[in-house]
Amino acid sequence: MPRTPAKPTTGGRLATALRAVALFGGALVFLFPFYYMFVGSLQAEPDTSPAGAFPTSGLTLDNYRDINARVDLLGSLVNSGIFTGGVIACTVVFGILAGYALARLRFRGRGTLFALVLLVQVIPFQLLLIPLYVLIVRGYGLADSYLGMILPFAINTTAVFVFRQFFLQLPDELFAAARVDGAGELRVLWSVALPLVRPALLTVVLLTFIGPWNEFLWPFLVTKQADMQPLAVSLANYISNVAARAANPYGAVLAGACVLAAPAVGLFLAFQKHFVSTDIGSGVKG
Amino acid sequence: MAAAHAAAAAKAGPVAGGDGAGRRAPRGRVAAVLGRHPVGLLLAAPYAVFVAAVFAYPLGFAVWMSFHDYFFAAPGAVVDRPFVGLDNYRAVLTDPQVRQAFGNIGVFLVINVPLTAGLALLLAVALNRVVRARTFLRVAFYVPYVTASVAVVGVWLFLFNSDGLVNRVLGPLAPDPSWLVNEGLAMPVIAVFVAWKQLGFFILLYLAALQNVPKELYESAAVDGASAWARFRSVTVPAVRPATALVVILATITGANLFTEPYLLTGGGGPNGSSASPVLVMYQRGIQQGQPDVAAAIGVLLVIGVLVVSAINRRLLERD
Repeated sequence: MPRTPAKPTTGGRLATALRAVALFGGALVFLFPFYYMFVGSLQAEPDTSPAGAFPTSGLTLDNYRDINARVDLLGSLVNSGIFTGGVIACTVVFGILAGYALARLRFRGRGTLFALVLLVQVIPFQLLLIPLYVLIVRGYGLADSYLGMILPFAINTTAVFVFRQFFLQLPDELFAAARVDGAGELRVLWSVALPLVRPALLTVVLLTFIGPWNEFLWPFLVTKQADMQPLAVSLANYISNVAARAANPYGAVLAGACVLAAPAVGLFLAFQKHFVSTDIGSGVKG
Repeated sequence: MAAAHAAAAAKAGPVAGGDGAGRRAPRGRVAAVLGRHPVGLLLAAPYAVFVAAVFAYPLGFAVWMSFHDYFFAAPGAVVDRPFVGLDNYRAVLTDPQVRQAFGNIGVFLVINVPLTAGLALLLAVALNRVVRARTFLRVAFYVPYVTASVAVVGVWLFLFNSDGLVNRVLGPLAPDPSWLVNEGLAMPVIAVFVAWKQLGFFILLYLAALQNVPKELYESAAVDGASAWARFRSVTVPAVRPATALVVILATITGANLFTEPYLLTGGGGPNGSSASPVLVMYQRGIQQGQPDVAAAIGVLLVIGVLVVSAINRRLLERD
């Protein structure tokens, strides 16, 4: 039976128009706070009138100077960087090893370990908050140290999972050939698997980055000294201490927010192609 | 936040096929005990130790703590921590602030979860059919998700302040007292904030699920003359049901973990504790007031709550 191709009816065109309106309207709602954050960080005086969202003059960098005088921006950024960098480094090194072992090696306990990988991802971190605080801060005395900040996040389990998936889908022939040549398992990992790992590496670095960089609660508990705090913590302390007292803290808060948001947003914009549904949403298939 | 990614990936389960284990013959007894590639144990060891030290042990410790009289002692001091049975749980369940916090999270979930699942699905369906500006739209919806809560809380404070832009636009319609200092509105604003912040991630989950809906279903529905809305209801919604179950569970976990927003957006769960979350109360009891045993009990109850909600949701959404 010949099927007539659906003609663009008025209903169809209306639906398309509605869809466009909903999507672009939604995108506007999503992006506006970011625009407002940036504009607000550049205004000398907060102007909350609708017209104030589109200033034509009087833009200044004073707020950045102001927040930098109260919160050591550079020092906090360095702390955020060390915290995030430490987590990424541990995750990449140990995640590749564990992912490779789980994907391509047969050893006792592999099934149990993989079950743990799945289980760990559904344990709410907050349940562990109190015991981890007792252990790391009270027990091991790691308060106000980078190690104390990094430890609970050191190996991102999702990354282990991503690496495992990546190594699983490499063709068997690659490995078989190397093994026929007599290469040991470590040699196979080093010279066959590692050179191919780049795409998975990018995904892992991106999704690991936003964890510690944006994390507030844990570093907030671990760091009491201002000079050890990552930017998310020092900015939050500024918000909760000053917002109550100062008459006009918003410019400075927004300037700090821009500095905190910029690296994550920048990385995401630069590499957004790697942040696609197939990587992250693989979970819902099947 | 990464937990959401994590749980999403966790759902995937073991992947069929592609078992890349080597083809070499077993090497006798070593292989029998340790497996064909004992070196795998070595490679996986750091991760296994990490899971044991940071998840398994603290998990057991939390449960143990909740049944004992646990308090902070000077490092090295040997103190008696007697077993107290359900005392900590009794203290938690009779604490009006804890009960209020659990009630608040109920309000949060009732608003946040349907809003998140509904909007994410609608936007994903729309996004899936769009050809132009797809990247721009995807980025727009995803940007809040990758940004630190602390940063976006700053701008929401500014927007929803009593003299902020939102109230200026609303004019006489602005609520009094204003959003974040209004007992009835503080928690709903937080629920909307979190929905806004997380939506991009859930859109991505739905987009992935939509790729697996067989096109023929839509075609036959179209031939039957079903309207767009009817197609959405009778084809799309049932087809993405597993994704919906996942979205609901993840949104519930996100809600149960709520801390930063009530801590910063409403100045510590205000007004009058109307936006306090269980984790916020956990922090206040456990760390500020030095009762880690009570806080651990709150944590255990919270997890039991999440498990119950997930189980109910699974039954409702995954039955055929």
